[in-house]
Amino acid sequence: MKAGSNLEKVLAAGHFAVTAECGPPRGADPEIVRKKAAYVKGNVDACNVTDNQTSVVRMSSVAGCMLLKEMGIEPLLQMVVRDRNRIALQSDLLGASALGVRNMLCLSGDHQKFGDDPQAKNVFDIDSMQLIHMVKTMRDEGIFPSGQKLDGAPKFFIGCAVNPFADPFEIRVPRLKMKMMAGADFVQTQCIYNMEKFKTYLEDAKRQGLHEKVKILAGVTPLKSAGMAKFMKKMVAGMDIPDAVIKRIADEPKEKQSAKGIEMCIEQIQELKEMEGIAGVHVMAIEWEEKLQEIVGGAGLLPRPVVD
Amino acid sequence: MLPCTGRIEETLLLEAFENGADGVMVIGCLEGDCHYLSGNIRARARVARVSGILESIRIGGDRIRMFNLSAGEGAKFAAYVNEFVEQIRELGPSSINVARKNAA
Amino acid sequence: MITGTPKPIEEILEMVDPYDRIVVAGCYGCVTVCRVGGEKEVQVLSSTLRLARETAGKKITIKEVCLERQCDPEYIEQMRSYVHDYQAVLSIACGAGIQFLAEKYTTTPLLPGINTGFLGVTERQGEWAERCQGCGDCVLHLTGGICPVTRCAKSLFHGPCGGSVQGHCEVGKDTPCGWQLIIDRLKSLDQMDNYTKLKPYKGWNTSRDGGPRRIVREDMI
Repeated sequence: MKAGSNLEKVLAAGHFAVTAECGPPRGADPEIVRKKAAYVKGNVDACNVTDNQTSVVRMSSVAGCMLLKEMGIEPLLQMVVRDRNRIALQSDLLGASALGVRNMLCLSGDHQKFGDDPQAKNVFDIDSMQLIHMVKTMRDEGIFPSGQKLDGAPKFFIGCAVNPFADPFEIRVPRLKMKMMAGADFVQTQCIYNMEKFKTYLEDAKRQGLHEKVKILAGVTPLKSAGMAKFMKKMVAGMDIPDAVIKRIADEPKEKQSAKGIEMCIEQIQELKEMEGIAGVHVMAIEWEEKLQEIVGGAGLLPRPVVD
Repeated sequence: MLPCTGRIEETLLLEAFENGADGVMVIGCLEGDCHYLSGNIRARARVARVSGILESIRIGGDRIRMFNLSAGEGAKFAAYVNEFVEQIRELGPSSINVARKNAA
Repeated sequence: MITGTPKPIEEILEMVDPYDRIVVAGCYGCVTVCRVGGEKEVQVLSSTLRLARETAGKKITIKEVCLERQCDPEYIEQMRSYVHDYQAVLSIACGAGIQFLAEKYTTTPLLPGINTGFLGVTERQGEWAERCQGCGDCVLHLTGGICPVTRCAKSLFHGPCGGSVQGHCEVGKDTPCGWQLIIDRLKSLDQMDNYTKLKPYKGWNTSRDGGPRRIVREDMI
């Protein structure tokens, strides 16, 4: 065991893992986290807490993780390299580990122009690839990147994000390999709507045996409406939503679209469950956490396994 | 001696206003007919820049205009001049002339 | 070259408001090439200031000069014969030049007429683009001659990130994805194994992050 986290144990035992996401609030009110967390509890093996997603300031990921932990949910710390230099990254990692966080996701972070503070300084001292390497070095060698010994190595099951739908496509699998070699234990993919393209990506990865070296959790996001689908297709960089998918939900009358979206999501998870090489699913029901139980349950993934 | 409007620098145009001009016409060949190929195109860009400057310091961007015609279009020339003079008359003296009058 | 953009005229008028005798100083170096601070720009700016000030009833007297460069002591020494006859110098050279003038003429207020931009190239007349951040540790030989620090909005060394779409950076359609450019170039040079190598963490101490920099060439002193 590298960190002994629940997610790690569930995957090691061969179960199909389930993770979800909790976006911390735009303020200091912990109740908002607790309300969202209540929908997550019991439905996941670990829950991601995002880190100032889209460069919009939110309560810190570490704080969100602690609030989840208090409720008995296993947290997954997301850490972007956009806002902190290597000194702060190391420090926050050590702190999070000391507080009992055992999963983390290493990310670049959206450019600050997308948030409320486009005038903020661009940090990016090290990139997400180097962050993976740094966490691995600290965990497995018990040293700082500077070479000095750590008074207690941090314990993390290390993850990263991959986007099979970003350009250029031909380097997406090589990038997965690079992240594995840098030290990633698992990856969560960007949410998938284009299953055909995803299968091409997966086949490429399997040909190189990458699915055995790093656990792939496929990302899904249930569509609330045709409007949401069209918006995401137009406005979100790196999002690939085929017209056929949009049509399926758009063909429903407005009041039936959200139910259709859930149905499509469940179907998708069931298909992913059967695919060799997919170790689990990452359900990003953004601002729709109350549907998590229905989705995970509907896909036959409840109750979540308890592994020692 | 100006062989082509392309020879006109922005400095020259601004100097005219400093020397008391209420309006400046820049008259060049028809576009596509420039003897020096694109001199009148350069002039157009320079006139536009000076117009922008005059607007930004509140003298008024419409006190400078570029016109295009061929050497043989005498009647058109007269028409343009009359039009522009009328335009400037309506605008009145440029603010720098007003300031100089007040200072005197 | 070092590039820059003119400050808005309102801002310059506010800066020169307390003065009625100033020098407007340009530079025949970089700022001439990017058409923001050369001889012509000195003349246009001076005319503009005279027109604006006289219109407001507050005439201004301007000495128009253009120096060979404002970053070498011998050239800025040439101003000594007249600079003290004026109340301020409005320089439209780059920030380095403006500061150097200020260092030499310590009793003369130095006003910046441009916003200095970046180290860049003329992609076409009227369009200049950033190419170099002066990080002090050049790796262009490893990235096909394209700088990841400058051309990637996140200065990634293992890009592109997930926001790269059709060769564009997520910050905007006008910004090419630096890593797409690097990959295309590495492919044409048959150097794609440079792409997959894990690179050491960047040492930012050779850039301005390590403190204001200085080059001392003992062999030249």
